[in-house]
Amino acid sequence: MLEGLLIGLQTAFSVQNLLMVIGGCLIGTFIGMLPGLGPMSIIAIMIPVAISIGDPSAALILLAGVYYGAIFGGSTSSILLNAPGVAGTVATSFDGYPMARQGKAGKALTIAAIASFCGGTIGAVLLMVFAPALSTVALLFHSAEYFALMVVGLSAIAAFAGTGQVGKAILMTLLGLIMATVGEGALFNMPRFTMGLMDLQSGFGFVTLAMAMFALPEALFLVLNPARSAQGDGGDIKDLRITRAEAKSIAPVIGRQSIQGFFIGVLPGAGATIASFLGYAVERNIATEDEQKEFGKGSIKGLAAPETANNAACTGSFVPLLTLGIPGSGTTAILLGALIALNVTPGPRLMLDDPQIFWAVIISMYIGNLILLILNLPLIPYIAKILAVPRTFLIPFILFFTLMGAYIGQNNATELLILVGFGICATVLRFADYPLAPLLIGFILGGMMENNFSRSMQLYDGPSFIWERPMTLGLLVIAALLVVLPSYRKRRARARQEGVAEGD
Amino acid sequence: MALDRWIALVLLGVCMAYGYAAWFTMDDSLAPFMQRNPIWPSTFPKVLSALGILTCLVILSGVEKGEAKIGDIDYRRLGDYKIGQAGLLLALMAVYALALRPVGFLVSTSGFLILGSVILGERRWILMIVIAALATGIVWYLVQQVLGIYLRPLPWALGG
Repeated sequence: MLEGLLIGLQTAFSVQNLLMVIGGCLIGTFIGMLPGLGPMSIIAIMIPVAISIGDPSAALILLAGVYYGAIFGGSTSSILLNAPGVAGTVATSFDGYPMARQGKAGKALTIAAIASFCGGTIGAVLLMVFAPALSTVALLFHSAEYFALMVVGLSAIAAFAGTGQVGKAILMTLLGLIMATVGEGALFNMPRFTMGLMDLQSGFGFVTLAMAMFALPEALFLVLNPARSAQGDGGDIKDLRITRAEAKSIAPVIGRQSIQGFFIGVLPGAGATIASFLGYAVERNIATEDEQKEFGKGSIKGLAAPETANNAACTGSFVPLLTLGIPGSGTTAILLGALIALNVTPGPRLMLDDPQIFWAVIISMYIGNLILLILNLPLIPYIAKILAVPRTFLIPFILFFTLMGAYIGQNNATELLILVGFGICATVLRFADYPLAPLLIGFILGGMMENNFSRSMQLYDGPSFIWERPMTLGLLVIAALLVVLPSYRKRRARARQEGVAEGD
Repeated sequence: MALDRWIALVLLGVCMAYGYAAWFTMDDSLAPFMQRNPIWPSTFPKVLSALGILTCLVILSGVEKGEAKIGDIDYRRLGDYKIGQAGLLLALMAVYALALRPVGFLVSTSGFLILGSVILGERRWILMIVIAALATGIVWYLVQQVLGIYLRPLPWALGG
């Protein structure tokens, strides 16, 4: 591990990569603050830039910096405007916004920054410990287990992301997998489902799809409902200091939530949102009675808990991405797509084949967190001025960057029309509460899943690998349980509520 | 029928068309040596289409009832939102896509940014033109010169 760390330090501390982290964090904070633009949209917009850099370490460092910056920026708009840019920072606004209204915006931002820093840093330490261990286990996996693992990952994402409606999430995942089969596959050199169109020969563009699924619907929602783009003057932010007593009271919260948030982040599909809400709930429950009354009215513990947890969870979500090559969230799925575009395949072999990428990303997490604390925090009063930009100027720019992202990636104007078409479909799907992250994750994993499935079928001359390999069978059973259990438990709960007797 | 079930119905059609292509049209053109393989290009799509159809039917049948949750935008009150502006912006995006090559990046992008602001109700013309021209110039310079990706700057007729 020491050797790896040294390689990582060497790579991450090059001038280019340091600039990437700083630039990424600043851009992320800047755009993440805008209401309605979450980390997924921002990373999708930044991908063409990252890909054109060419060096995978630098690209991933830039994107990871953008990711932390966006989360931090989202917290800022939650605190200052009560307008969370991302679901993961909704819980931050519960206590952050009341603090800002009491004139303690500066203090709230400092607490958020310190909590984010600690959550992210402790998360990075845990990642450093767990990722290599998990990688070693994952090296024993064969294509059959990989296929099964992807099924488990997708089922878990559907089960968690479905907001109680697993069927919809599964359908979206399947749609993503179906879309991934369009074009020429890696194993079979024949075009499939292209309907004779040359533009579909290489399949749908991943950046186009990411933009259409996230950035475009968000921008359209800002147009449809002007109230979403709450606007302010950036607030009067002064007095960023916190007292020693305050630091002492939030320290245990930060410690607990860093660990809890990290492990929730590791689970596929759970991610920062669940981690932040759960962190908030747990801390409220274990607080003393007097402190409990403060929650929701500007409690510093109530602010520190979700902030720590969501940052630790973001770091945790890198574990399945870097060790198994399976993204646990929409954002890490986009990162996976970017890595594949750069000819890097994340997975257990990443640590062996490209250790400099693996370790540089981990080291850049420390640097990124540090930069957010020492560089971004003092700049926040100035960065927050972006909140004063009128929406009549902001929205055309967001749409333009969405278009540019899709265009630069493919250099093809047809791609822009596909973007608009898919964007409309995605908006309609969001109207009906269909989750879109599973679709994108299914799309990105689709190719790999089919390849692993095909390889296992060839090795075992049929589907017998499912029952002949105990680990594959076990994983597929877990996947089935993940899909069936939530629906079953909900049905049972409803039956109980209605007073219907249950048959055993 | 609620919107989510209408969507499931549409997706059922998509899955059936996809399934038809996978089950009945793909295998005919398969080379004889590939036919002895345990896996065909159509195998995975066949499985996906079957699962897709099944899931659509589950949603349509209402077996899994969710609470009537209102999403970010309540589509039942679509008239209360700025649907006209959104539609015009989408149309503008499509026009931009078609105009980008023939008209060139500088003109089409400035036009897009100005018209986008106009659609959203902005009327400070000079400010709009200055901001659009500046932003277009900066983005073009960054993409073309820094990233090295070619963007035709001027209209076709001017040899851009």
